[in-house]
Amino acid sequence: MKVKMLSRNPDNYVRETKLDLQRVPRNYDPTLHPFEVPREYVRALNATKLERVFAKPFLASLDGHRDGVNCLAKHPKNLATVLSGACDGEVRIWNLTQRNCIRTVQAHEGFVRGICTRFCGTSFFTVGDDKTVKQWKMDGPGYGEEEEPLHTILGKTVYTGIDHHWKEAVFATCGQQVDIWDEQRTNPICSMTWGFDSISSVKFNPVETFLLGSCASDRNIVLYDMRQATPLKKVILDMRTNTICWNPMEAFIFTAANEDYNLYTFDMRALDTPVMVHMDHVSAVLDVDYCPTGKEFVSASFDKSIRIFPVDKSRSREVYHTKRMQHVICVKWTSDSKYIMCGSDEMNIRLWKANASEKLGVLTSREKAAKDYNQKLKEKFQHYPHIKRIARHRHLPKSIYSQIQEQRIMKEARRRKEVNRIKHSKPGSVPIVSEKKKHIVAVVK
Amino acid sequence: MNVNRVAESLLALSQQEELVDLPKNCPLSENEDEGDSDGERKHQKLLEAISSLDGKNRWKLAERSEASLKVSEFNVSSEGSGEKLVLADLLEPVKTSSSLATVKRQLNRVKSKKVVELPLNKEKIEQIHREVAFGKTSRVLSKWDPIVLKNQQAEQLAFPLGKEQPAIAPIEHALSGWKARTPLEQEIFNLLHKNKRPVTDPLLTPMEKASLRAMSLEEAKMHRAELQRARALQSYYEAKARREKKIKSKKYHKVVKKGKARKASKELEQLQKVNPTVALEELEKFENARMMERMSLKHQNSGKWAKSKAIMAKYDLEARQAMQEQLAKNKELTQKLQVASEIEEEKGCTEEVEELLVPHVVNEVQMNVDGPNPWMLRNCTSDIREAATQEDPEQLPEPATHEVSESEGEERPVAEEEILLRDFEERRSLRKRSELNQDAEPAGIQERKDSSSQEVLSELRALSQKLKENHQSRKQKASSEGTVPQVQREEPAPEEEAPLLLQRPERVQTLEELEELGKEDCFQNKELPRPVLEGQQSERTPNNRPDAPKEKKEKEQLIDLQNLLTTQSPSVRSLAVPTTIEELEEDEERDQRQMIKEAFAGDDVIRNFLKEKREAVEASKPKDVDLTLPGWGEWGGVGLKPSTKKRRQFLKAPEGPPRKDKNLPNVIISEKRNIHAAAHQVQVLPYPFTHHRQFERTIQTPVGSTWNTQRAFQKLTTPKVVTKPGHIIKPIKAEDVGHQSSSRSDLSVIQWNPKRITTRHNKELKKNSVG
Repeated sequence: MKVKMLSRNPDNYVRETKLDLQRVPRNYDPTLHPFEVPREYVRALNATKLERVFAKPFLASLDGHRDGVNCLAKHPKNLATVLSGACDGEVRIWNLTQRNCIRTVQAHEGFVRGICTRFCGTSFFTVGDDKTVKQWKMDGPGYGEEEEPLHTILGKTVYTGIDHHWKEAVFATCGQQVDIWDEQRTNPICSMTWGFDSISSVKFNPVETFLLGSCASDRNIVLYDMRQATPLKKVILDMRTNTICWNPMEAFIFTAANEDYNLYTFDMRALDTPVMVHMDHVSAVLDVDYCPTGKEFVSASFDKSIRIFPVDKSRSREVYHTKRMQHVICVKWTSDSKYIMCGSDEMNIRLWKANASEKLGVLTSREKAAKDYNQKLKEKFQHYPHIKRIARHRHLPKSIYSQIQEQRIMKEARRRKEVNRIKHSKPGSVPIVSEKKKHIVAVVK
Repeated sequence: MNVNRVAESLLALSQQEELVDLPKNCPLSENEDEGDSDGERKHQKLLEAISSLDGKNRWKLAERSEASLKVSEFNVSSEGSGEKLVLADLLEPVKTSSSLATVKRQLNRVKSKKVVELPLNKEKIEQIHREVAFGKTSRVLSKWDPIVLKNQQAEQLAFPLGKEQPAIAPIEHALSGWKARTPLEQEIFNLLHKNKRPVTDPLLTPMEKASLRAMSLEEAKMHRAELQRARALQSYYEAKARREKKIKSKKYHKVVKKGKARKASKELEQLQKVNPTVALEELEKFENARMMERMSLKHQNSGKWAKSKAIMAKYDLEARQAMQEQLAKNKELTQKLQVASEIEEEKGCTEEVEELLVPHVVNEVQMNVDGPNPWMLRNCTSDIREAATQEDPEQLPEPATHEVSESEGEERPVAEEEILLRDFEERRSLRKRSELNQDAEPAGIQERKDSSSQEVLSELRALSQKLKENHQSRKQKASSEGTVPQVQREEPAPEEEAPLLLQRPERVQTLEELEELGKEDCFQNKELPRPVLEGQQSERTPNNRPDAPKEKKEKEQLIDLQNLLTTQSPSVRSLAVPTTIEELEEDEERDQRQMIKEAFAGDDVIRNFLKEKREAVEASKPKDVDLTLPGWGEWGGVGLKPSTKKRRQFLKAPEGPPRKDKNLPNVIISEKRNIHAAAHQVQVLPYPFTHHRQFERTIQTPVGSTWNTQRAFQKLTTPKVVTKPGHIIKPIKAEDVGHQSSSRSDLSVIQWNPKRITTRHNKELKKNSVG
């Protein structure tokens, strides 16, 4: 007869080195671990609560400008470097890790309307109210040298915006018309115009780099093709679009920040219907910038807040505000997709975390696993009322809060009126227009 | 010259003609504005023109009264005629004169040439340009569609997208630019070089290289595999041998040895056939062994053990047998391997030898065992038997009788056996029962049970039968009552069993009472003291069972809400109405009721409803939930169950709130929806799901590592977007996703002047304008 007995083979439980993880034998029989759903639900609830507890997005405020910050630019090669232009014509270069200003340039007289960096990161361009386009070296002048631009182009009209090509030595300015310049020449190699109103912003497509988008004060967004030197299409909206931003991962998608408190994401091949209307702001949206992953974008608004929208959602997932932050004029998402910068009226540039409750710094593998698990749980149970309520809860300044209420009432009234009109008129005589189409006035070929 | 002039004028004319075709061209229609007033003048002009066509007056210029846009030196105009000038008309006079052949040719050429279309206006052209360009751009952009879709559906996106090649220089490069400078470094380098340790790739010493060359990988592998196999086999054999060695059973070893011997002999036989010389050698070996055996005193019963056994052999059968076995072995071993006849001869000798060696007592028995004298053997066994019987005749009477019975008659052994067995059983059961009611039977009776009186036995048997019957009947009753909705109390047991059941009357009664109370709803507060009273009653008169049903009926009549439905509500009689009419009305009512009853004779709606309600109530009652966790706080595993204490502790059915339709007999209010739970439940099916079951399934699959293996857990919790901290994420590039990016730079195309339209572009334009 064979006698069974307890056998303890050290190979089964002794680690090779003390750095190895302890082997924990585990029986995954579901009957031994009951109540999966309730337990996970509680975990999800806790994770959601903790997320709100740890949501401290504000990192730093960079002060030094002596007027409102009008424009921001990222350094293409260096994550820590940021450029900003103010309303008094001053351009400052900041170091984000040290959180200080490393260089100050009095670039223009009057506003610095636009600023952009060259794709290689060696120089940057500014346009100002003094009808000039200036190119500056990224590095400061040596000792005893004077602060001077590399090149200065004197134009005939005021330039309101500038953007640099993503690969070549070409940049585009806008004002009365969209001009495309070679860096080496003092005359534009091509100017494109469609309509007579002033153009407020121009942006190169980062993927298909020959494409440009611009928005003008006559409420339209115009797309240009640089290679064929012709405008492509124009879409007229209800109200003026302040700026647009292209999706860096999807070549044909761009988002427009509009005066009517909304943002519109368009597929440029079908301009008659926006892909998504993003609404949450309670005042004009002044700037928009995409996350480099192309999944989200951040918008700056006149209502003293910035919001983060997922590309495919019409409501924002996050709103940032502080007591001291005034009208936010410009916003940028850093190239590592972790931080957001915004420049506002009250002369400060603020640095935020893109994920409010994210832990900064290096995570251990267990921390990472816990983070991923919590994220998954939150996602899984996001529709449950208690969890949804906690996850959605944000504190808002009174002004924004009351405006939201007010606008809700207004919207409801408008909707009711429309419903009534449809109800009391001949069937079919009053067309039902979807929310997406409502704001598009026309598409001009 | 003249001719040329004429041609020129005609060309101009033809142009004019075309211009006339265009309705929009305003400057031409200027002349027509003059109206009919100067019709005469026109006529005059025409006449003059005609007259001037021939001969000398050719050069006379037409008189111009006002400035005309088209001034023709030929004075030809279509003014006033209202007709267009056709080239053929003009050519007619030319036909006659041969001197104008060149002109004619030129004119013909003009005729054959197609007319250039008028360019479109600027806006239109620009629009067409834009449309074409947009079409092109959209086509270029739509190549991104699959990539965008893929990225949207991807399980995980890791940014930055492009694989960054880590710039690791090979070690040679690093070393080539580096020289040993300090003395320590030099020393180390010297050492390294002395050992011929390579500093560059591949990092192998000459020795290692040589060894590598010596044996190829394949060979080495094969070699190693063989070695492994051999080692494994060896270990198996060792293990087997060890196991066999450990076996203590002598019999086993004996068997093994015998087997071996048999095998050896067989082999020998075979060898004899195949190879006689070798067989002879083998035989010699056997012979040697035999000789050794014969020389030695082994198995000769001369050892210490054998002597002791010899002493014991007189009395102990086993010892005797053992000695004999020993001798038999000796015999076997000393046997010569020879022909059968020889063996027989030998036998006698050995026997003699044995006789010499073995003591007398042993010899006797040995003869018995060997079997030459069967009589002796028989005698011996019978002796033993007799002795046994003498020793304990009282102890084993039954086996003896059994044997007797068997010997007596083999015809009906089974039946008799059965009878006997039954007898035994009965006796045993009797014993048990008597033990149960010890007070009834004194202990003395048990002792004298063997000679038990038939009377007691029969009595007890009867009793047991009755008990059984009663039990069965009660069971039947219970089952029948289960089907009947209104649970009736048990009918009183027959008179005979009453004394038997005396032992547990009070407890049962009270329990039943409690049950009843539970059934009869708790709002009967007055009834509460009742059970105590009844208990007292029952104590006083334990035989009052027949009264119980009555009581119950009374209670029912008092309170039963369920009956409210079925029983007639007592009609309230008003005094004002005369009695006769009243009777009439009552009659009518009764009639109607009768009719309804007849109409719905088949389906008992009320009863069904009541049943339904009862079922609903039962279903909504909170069920016991077994929350026992096996293995917590104690050992768990197959065949082990959690302790009863724990089971009791964890079995719990929380008392739910009272039903809303408790006091509404003819209403069922469903209480399936739990308000407290609803606060935690999803009300609307979330967007991507199409069916609630789909959603439930996703919720029910756990994600955590408590329920999943580490690998599965990692897979389940992979984040959708992964970014590296501190890495710049660049916009997606065509090269990243395997597309051919346009080789031409965006800049190179710009230089091309958009104002000049190439033929290709023109074609496209036309197509577009047509379409």
